[in-house]
Amino acid sequence: MSADTALCADPNYNFAYIDEQTKRMIRRALLKAVSIPGYQVPFGSREMPLARGWGTGGIQVTAALIGPLDRLKVIDQGADDTTNAVAIRSFFSRVTGVETTQKVAEATIIQTRHRIPERPLTEDQILVYQVPQPEPLRKLEPSEVETRNMHAWEEYGLMQVRLYEDIARFGHVATTYSYPVMVNDRYVASPTPIPKFDNPKMNMMPALQLFGAGREKRIYAIPPYTKVRSLDFDDHPFTVQSWTQPCTLCGARDSYLDEVIVDDSGGRIFVCSDTDHCEGRRELGHVGPAEDSERST
Amino acid sequence: MSATIDDMRARAAAPPAPILQVENVARYYGERVGCRDVAFDLWPGEVLGVVGESGSGKSTLLRCLAGLDTPSAGHIRFDDDGVLLDIHALPEPARRALMRRAWGIVHQNPRDGLRMDVSAGGNVGERLMDRGARHYGQIRARAADWLGRVEIDPARIDDPPRRFSGGMQQRLQIARVLVSEPRLVFMDEPTGGLDVSVQAKLLDLLRVLVRDLGIAAVIVTHDLAVARLLTDRLMVMKDGRVIEQGLTDQVLDDPQQAYTQLLTSAVLV
Amino acid sequence: MTLMVRVTNVSKTFVLHNQDGVRLPILSAIGFSVEAGECVVLHGPSGAGKSTLLRLLYGNYKCTDGRIQIRHEGEMVDIAQADARRILDIRRRTLSYVSQFLRVIPRVPTLDIVKEPLVTRGVPVAAAEARAGAMLARLNIPERLWRLPPATFSGGEQQRVNIARSFIAITPVMLLDEPTASLDARNRDIVIELIEEARMAGSALIGIFHDEAVRERAASRRFDIHSTNAAEAA
Repeated sequence: MSADTALCADPNYNFAYIDEQTKRMIRRALLKAVSIPGYQVPFGSREMPLARGWGTGGIQVTAALIGPLDRLKVIDQGADDTTNAVAIRSFFSRVTGVETTQKVAEATIIQTRHRIPERPLTEDQILVYQVPQPEPLRKLEPSEVETRNMHAWEEYGLMQVRLYEDIARFGHVATTYSYPVMVNDRYVASPTPIPKFDNPKMNMMPALQLFGAGREKRIYAIPPYTKVRSLDFDDHPFTVQSWTQPCTLCGARDSYLDEVIVDDSGGRIFVCSDTDHCEGRRELGHVGPAEDSERST
Repeated sequence: MSATIDDMRARAAAPPAPILQVENVARYYGERVGCRDVAFDLWPGEVLGVVGESGSGKSTLLRCLAGLDTPSAGHIRFDDDGVLLDIHALPEPARRALMRRAWGIVHQNPRDGLRMDVSAGGNVGERLMDRGARHYGQIRARAADWLGRVEIDPARIDDPPRRFSGGMQQRLQIARVLVSEPRLVFMDEPTGGLDVSVQAKLLDLLRVLVRDLGIAAVIVTHDLAVARLLTDRLMVMKDGRVIEQGLTDQVLDDPQQAYTQLLTSAVLV
Repeated sequence: MTLMVRVTNVSKTFVLHNQDGVRLPILSAIGFSVEAGECVVLHGPSGAGKSTLLRLLYGNYKCTDGRIQIRHEGEMVDIAQADARRILDIRRRTLSYVSQFLRVIPRVPTLDIVKEPLVTRGVPVAAAEARAGAMLARLNIPERLWRLPPATFSGGEQQRVNIARSFIAITPVMLLDEPTASLDARNRDIVIELIEEARMAGSALIGIFHDEAVRERAASRRFDIHSTNAAEAA
């Protein structure tokens, strides 16, 4: 972690940009967060060379963790080539000199916003989430004092009321992103802002999951192999999104699909949101129905 | 209905003990006295009224009793199925859990007791979900049943309270509190902001519900007519102290203290 | 015979603190007993304290002095000393007060008003409703009125609703405060029947009756307040 091992890093900055004292402060918060799964630990969020709300929480967590031997992957909307992902990746590349990758299998730290990779993670990996709003009760209860008490006393009826209201209004739970989860049978947490499709992946995940909210100054964690249950009703059990068609490009039927408009006449296709997953499958020779039909003609 | 009567019998058969024991409770704000030297027992199924003018200490006392404020002195003990708990000596999580499980509070302003953006059904169902109910259909059925009991058309179960009249909001608040069948209910001027004609109906509703469920209640009011209709026993407060107490009709019809005589002669009860 | 009520040396003086502490002695050194099956009529001129005595017996007024013992669940309990909860228990099971005025919450249907004393005593609602209906019919309240609140009824009808409510659940001791005042002859007879039925059932009744004829028929004995008081005052 010292300067001599990170030969390619920009020498004008401390390794990973943040000073060592601040890293220690963040690591202490991380340790506490790991010790109390799902509990939101306040931390002294610093200014980053990026506007708050653009992933500064995730960046600080990653900066506190990353070492010269790590390999970093950054995902935004499931993709590695979107603006935010590219910017954060190049930032860490410059201030740490660590290797970056787009392949899930090769990464030791994966910083993400919106998605959990389709490929199962391992014990050797850490998943860092960028969190805009860490408080799952915020929409229902504006007072921070009150929401902290509600967590402290496990008063989660209100959370259930939110789901009740959805069913009463729409006939089903209409919440599709930031779907609240119960961590380790104790704290309700928000997996913001991943689609509920990814919620089941959080349960008993071998990798460590860390959540950083820079603007809200909170860190929370789900240690490896922790029980994570999506809230639901006995007669309205939790379900994930499903699609009637497979990915147009790779034919996957088990991944989260994005709808893409392809022309001005409203033509649209569905493709894997996880670009690494999609490319990996295509390299293995999988094809989608579009190319399939092209080939057969 | 018959189930609740059986409940009442079962409660009547249990060895009689007060549900709430209040011992020399005082609340000071610096030099100023909120209330002092308050002592009484409240028994299961009993409705106690606390009357007095603004500033007499009745609301301070209610806040202490309901666990919303901490007394400066004295003890408040709650009989939790045979276990006597000093509620202000309990750790806060235990006290909050107890309040959620066994108590209810009806606020004067329904806005303080309702979630105005949540549907009527969600408002009534929250207490049940708080206690771990996780069957949507059952929660909804109980909410609808309670809306009926407080005379709100169950067809309006998905309407938010914003769209209800003041009287309906207050009835909704009562349903929200009573759905979990608390053993002790605190009410602060429950008919305060309502028209006289709406008050009458609400009072009868409260009286019948309290009787049917065998609930013990403490009702703070400045309205002696409300006290006469709803309460079994009355405490008259002045300058933070209880100056007279006894059977409600006796205190109102044959007041002994000068202040109570003044209070009762000022209004036609 | 079973002693049901014993009044010993009872006095009542009102002190009006806000009128220079003026003292109004109403009753002094009253004493009498009533046994099961009796109907004792309190007798005396207007202002002698008949109603005050009845209210003292009910625990509605506080005794200045003396004892008022009532047989409750087999033991004689002093109403003048009992705490509020005890008095409520006695009222619930032993002691009732029948006035000529219907005092109820507005907008409650008549049938509900009449059945309530039964429901309070644990009678199932359906049975209570049936008995309430029978009682209302007996007192000549037309069935079309049962579902309406009595606020709009005539004075006589309201009074009969009150009688129905009072006699639907007979208690061992009943206090009657001019229950027949302003009733017509037919309904007055029914009230007298109800009183007789209560006596037959073993209740002890103490009442004030304005009407000489009713007094003659309903009362088994008479207690003269005027003379007691006059004797003391002299």
